[in-house]
Amino acid sequence: MNDRLVDKQISLEARDLSISYGEKQVIQQVNMKISSHQVTAVIGPSGCGKSTLLRTINRMNDFIPTFSMEGEIIFQGRNIYGPYSDPGVIRQKIGMVFQRPNPFPKSIYKNVIWGPKINGYTGDLQELAEDALKRAALWEEVKDRLNESALRLSGGQQQRLCIARAIAMNPDVILMDEPCSALDPSATARIEDLIKELRDNYTIVIVTHNMQQAARISDQTAFLYEGDLIEYGVTKKIFTQPDKKKTEDYITGRFG
Amino acid sequence: MLSRWIDHTVHLLLALCVVITILTTLVVIVLLGKESILFFQQVPLWDFLLGTRWEPLLEPKSFGVLPLVVGTLKIVFGSIVIALPLGLLIATYLSEFASTRFRSTVKPVLEILAGIPTVVYGYFALTFVTPIIRTLFPDTQIFNAASAAIVVGIMILPMISSLCDDAFQALPGSLREGAYALGATQFEVAVQVILPSAAARVGAAVILALSRAIGETMAVTLAAGATPQISLGFLESIQTMTAYIVQVSLGDIPADGIEYLTCYAVGLLLFIMTLIMNIIGNHFITQTRKLHL
Repeated sequence: MNDRLVDKQISLEARDLSISYGEKQVIQQVNMKISSHQVTAVIGPSGCGKSTLLRTINRMNDFIPTFSMEGEIIFQGRNIYGPYSDPGVIRQKIGMVFQRPNPFPKSIYKNVIWGPKINGYTGDLQELAEDALKRAALWEEVKDRLNESALRLSGGQQQRLCIARAIAMNPDVILMDEPCSALDPSATARIEDLIKELRDNYTIVIVTHNMQQAARISDQTAFLYEGDLIEYGVTKKIFTQPDKKKTEDYITGRFG
Repeated sequence: MLSRWIDHTVHLLLALCVVITILTTLVVIVLLGKESILFFQQVPLWDFLLGTRWEPLLEPKSFGVLPLVVGTLKIVFGSIVIALPLGLLIATYLSEFASTRFRSTVKPVLEILAGIPTVVYGYFALTFVTPIIRTLFPDTQIFNAASAAIVVGIMILPMISSLCDDAFQALPGSLREGAYALGATQFEVAVQVILPSAAARVGAAVILALSRAIGETMAVTLAAGATPQISLGFLESIQTMTAYIVQVSLGDIPADGIEYLTCYAVGLLLFIMTLIMNIIGNHFITQTRKLHL
């Protein structure tokens, strides 16, 4: 299937990736190329390993003591898990938005600039904050109260703030782990529109349990089942004429 | 039928325990208040609160409580200056840097410190800490505020580090993840995200520890001396409010005289001070609960 991706520039590539927590293997031998400036959705039933796969990409699984992996994840020509690779630097280039909005209990402004600030950004922080908030489609709502606590924003606004926080780092890739699962439908719609816009500047990998969402916003879709990458390809094709029976059963709701 | 009867009895017994606890507290407060009123009939309230000489056992008598308050505040201030930075460092290490195994071993050990009888701390101050201070500063008196403040600091250290560790642990893991996902180091997360986010609960811990330091008795009685005086130095003898109460309770002072009543007035003031601290501390804690942090 991967030949369909050949004409696109590749941003990330998993090679023979297997992941275990202790004795339990949760991802088996996944090979996957993720194209730049595309939205790639990872779908599959709960517990299929899609969040684990996502968190491995920016080394957020390093915090889990039982985590171990084999294979490689190649980003900008280098293995993310190579001996000289620094998780901090990787996370600056591969940002992440989580299931539940998790702004810091600081002001809206400080939430956006904290990342760049600790990583030695030397430009104009004010400008950076405004730009990031505009890109996250939050600027108009918060421009008059940048010094208010971020915790006073609504859930949807908080999640867009978390996206702004990720954008402010000027990453190449933004990983999103079910970013709408804690939001109501109208907030979800806003985030989905935003994701489609962000594609122009960033590579987006989004994990979702919501198939309609994957169909609406993604260019490529990967279907994971019990740690195996069952099928991966252009979203339209996956949802209309999947190659594998398992994929068809899942997207038609025969299991989930 | 029988089980219902047992239920009923247990219910009653438990309720009785609650009532006894509340009653005891009330009796103490009433007693403190009643005897204090007798005292304040003879000594004007302002003379007591604002007077700068505390000589109730000498002639002419003087009932200005400020020297005792200053003595107490010295201990409180000195102990918190020692315990807060140390306690925060310990809590930060345990919560953010140490392995789970190390943490679960060390935390109980730390809490044993809180179980050492305070009289032992007093003895420790007198026979171990004071000689060290006197080696460093030869002018130091045998009984001095510094030595007592240091051991009271050690005494409240487990409380502060344990409460701060709880405060850090209570923060959602998603907060740390959010910070790490921006490329932050462990140190940046601990100092710039975890600590400020837990600030209110750290404040509560400090205030509860302060109230413990205010009420601490044995160590200061043994180590800080019995010289009520208003001064700024830590190397001289002082007397705290609690130590004064011990002195009068042990001495051969007639139980019906004004000297004896001073105990109640000082006790009441002490009670009000710790009560205010506890109220502020609890207020901090409930405030943070509202913020879901």
